[in-house]
Amino acid sequence: MSTVTPDQLGHGHDDHAHGHPTGIMRWVTTTNHKDIGTMYLWFSFTMFLVGGCMALTIRAELFEPGLQIVNPEFFNSMTTLHGLIMVFGAIMPAAVGFANWMIPMLIGAPDMAFARMNNWSFWLLPPAAILLVTSLFVPGGGPSAGWTMYPPLTIQNGMGMDLTIFAIHIMGASSIMGSINIITTILNLRAPGMTLMKMPLFCWAWLITAYLLIAVMPVLAGAVTMLLTDRHFGTSFFNAAGGGDPVLFQHVFWFFGHPEVYIIILPAFGIISEILPAFSRKPLFGYASMVYALAGIAILSFIVWAHHMFTTGLPTAGLLFFMYATMLIAVPTGVKVFNWLATMWRGSITFETPMLFCLGFLFLFTLGGFTGLVLSIMPVDIQLQDTYYVVAHFHYVMVAGSLFAFFAGVYYWIPKWTGTMYDERLGKIHFWSSLISFNVTFFPMHFLGLAGMPRRIPDYAQQFADWNMVASIGAFWFGLSQLIFLYAVLKCIFHKGEKAPAKPWDGATTLEWTVPSPAPYHTFETPPVIK
Amino acid sequence: MSSATTPGTAPAYYIPQPSHWPILGSFALLMMAMGTVAWINSIAFGPWLLLAGFCVLLVMLFGWFGTVIGESEHRMYSKRVDMSFRWSMSWFIFSEVMFFAAFFGALFYIRNLSVPDLGSLGSKILWPDYASAWPTEGPYLNSPFTPMGAIGIPLINTLILLSSGVTLTIAHHALKAGNRGSLKLWLFLTILLGFTFLCFQAYEYHHAYTEYNLKLTSGVYGSTFFMLTGFHGLHVTIGAIMLTVMLVRIFKGHFDAEHHFGFEAAAWYWHFVDVVWLLLFVLVYWL
Repeated sequence: MSTVTPDQLGHGHDDHAHGHPTGIMRWVTTTNHKDIGTMYLWFSFTMFLVGGCMALTIRAELFEPGLQIVNPEFFNSMTTLHGLIMVFGAIMPAAVGFANWMIPMLIGAPDMAFARMNNWSFWLLPPAAILLVTSLFVPGGGPSAGWTMYPPLTIQNGMGMDLTIFAIHIMGASSIMGSINIITTILNLRAPGMTLMKMPLFCWAWLITAYLLIAVMPVLAGAVTMLLTDRHFGTSFFNAAGGGDPVLFQHVFWFFGHPEVYIIILPAFGIISEILPAFSRKPLFGYASMVYALAGIAILSFIVWAHHMFTTGLPTAGLLFFMYATMLIAVPTGVKVFNWLATMWRGSITFETPMLFCLGFLFLFTLGGFTGLVLSIMPVDIQLQDTYYVVAHFHYVMVAGSLFAFFAGVYYWIPKWTGTMYDERLGKIHFWSSLISFNVTFFPMHFLGLAGMPRRIPDYAQQFADWNMVASIGAFWFGLSQLIFLYAVLKCIFHKGEKAPAKPWDGATTLEWTVPSPAPYHTFETPPVIK
Repeated sequence: MSSATTPGTAPAYYIPQPSHWPILGSFALLMMAMGTVAWINSIAFGPWLLLAGFCVLLVMLFGWFGTVIGESEHRMYSKRVDMSFRWSMSWFIFSEVMFFAAFFGALFYIRNLSVPDLGSLGSKILWPDYASAWPTEGPYLNSPFTPMGAIGIPLINTLILLSSGVTLTIAHHALKAGNRGSLKLWLFLTILLGFTFLCFQAYEYHHAYTEYNLKLTSGVYGSTFFMLTGFHGLHVTIGAIMLTVMLVRIFKGHFDAEHHFGFEAAAWYWHFVDVVWLLLFVLVYWL
């Protein structure tokens, strides 16, 4: 079998983007999964810095009690947009960037199944980002009801909220198209001999993530559409006077929102499951159980949403059901953590930067999982709802979970992407600096939350001053640490470093290491045969 | 590339050339989003920007689908690509199912939880006179309306859509048997039934607004009724446009007994729209 591009039909052969647009138009019109993956990752990093600046605005305001820097409305816009931008602009596109770069190479395919649609999936994101950021500059200011967009506050927000609603529609379209592409690629474009149960676990993680995305992004679209019609067209979905209920929004939103949490973490699980075996020089322990655990998490994620709503006055039977269902998720997650540890057990471990980030992930994600378990206990959650304990919990799983796994992935695969080894010293500095500053930022938030400090408030009681100051110092430190990462990546891109061999990691076994570094523009023109 | 392929034989993989259609689509959606936001916030240029964006979107759709149809007619798509199309269309329809699920879920919640709760003892302080019932415009809007019954236009529309599913299947069999005349006739009938459905629905909406005082603003009944049937009507419109494109392609001589996934995809979509209607008929009109 062979690959063919249409421009070959006339010519004898085609090499490196021959006859293709150059300069900016190469990136605008590209149908190459590597180009698109690169754009996804850069977009994600840019949004990470934008959302990061918003986080630093929040932390600057919270550095000491009282109102110093921004007014409360703007503070609320910052918390709202920080959440939306980090979730939809930074974390999710980074995961799709990895999928684009790696899935075709991991399964032995030349590209994604739908290359043009792939381009559109990416190029829908900048308009959505423009809409989100524009919302800050329109009359009435940005959306300020929190990233969860609960009515009735969102009904009262200005036109910034409308921009946000359409941004979410467009990002949803992007996610659905991207997911359909990924599922189709995995199901239909695997190299001969690569059965589903021989696939690298990253592909399994993304297959299940994509399924979740297709199942819940339309539900979010429905939820924000109802918001839009309630705001402008006189419907009463969330208006008790007309027979509706604001809590309905929370149900619909969290039916999306809880699977969304796994959409964010499962690709990270996939990356970890590739890297840990490579640096432990052992095959992944319990491959099949890892797949079943992923599927179990995905299925359970649909029946736990109301644990975000323990204080809304649900009937007791409902509270109990959602509490126990939530606790059940600890079982498949525990299987995964156990298998990762067992993978390392008696392995010949070395501690390069990707492995360090994996270990950081393992420690801190598990900690975030434990605080999640604490929050799943309904009577405890009634105390902790909307406190900084919740903020600490989900930043442990989003930042030290997903983000650290993505850092691990970048360091692991950047030799393959650029053909240049990253600077190990810089990588290690980045890791330790991030690890320590992350904990300085977020660990104190557990104390603040347990002591009763509410989230999304620009001012606080004097008793919370000390730990807030510590958290703010940590936040700025964490933010600055990411510039080390930027520098390390740029060094690779401009080939300032050792030339990378085809397989820089002796423990790595997957297909991408069988091709040269940097990987050729079209990787597997002839499918490799998997024994 | 490793081996040359003669034109006309489909390669195992298909990687299209760089394309400017996606970026055009992104511009279109950005303009449409900005235009809509401006419009609903009473900014004068809003509708014009929306219209301009929609025109750009049309250009993009014509251009992009035209390219795909051209490639398909040159038989550049292999069996494997065909299978990719099948997977992707199935998942796309699944995403549509979930979109409707959100609104059906809202309907379920409103009928079984929020409305009974508003009439319960706990809400008597706020709304002492409200007795929960369905249909309702809620405790505080005071704009009585007549709900839409199931017998009449909705029943006729059910029969229309169900028979359109049958005519479409006959057309598909005719396509597979190579009977182009019969194919054109039955596909045309299907499209005709689709547009008849839409006309009836437009009449029903007009009737609701002018005779029944049933509006989008008529509390939760109006909200769920118009949003569910409205989004369904939008999907019928899209499906009917798809089928019309297929009819035009058939008149141009496209498709044969083996290669006609475009037709099949449109048919899948049409059946999906049909099933959603059955749910609507039972849950919105009847019960």
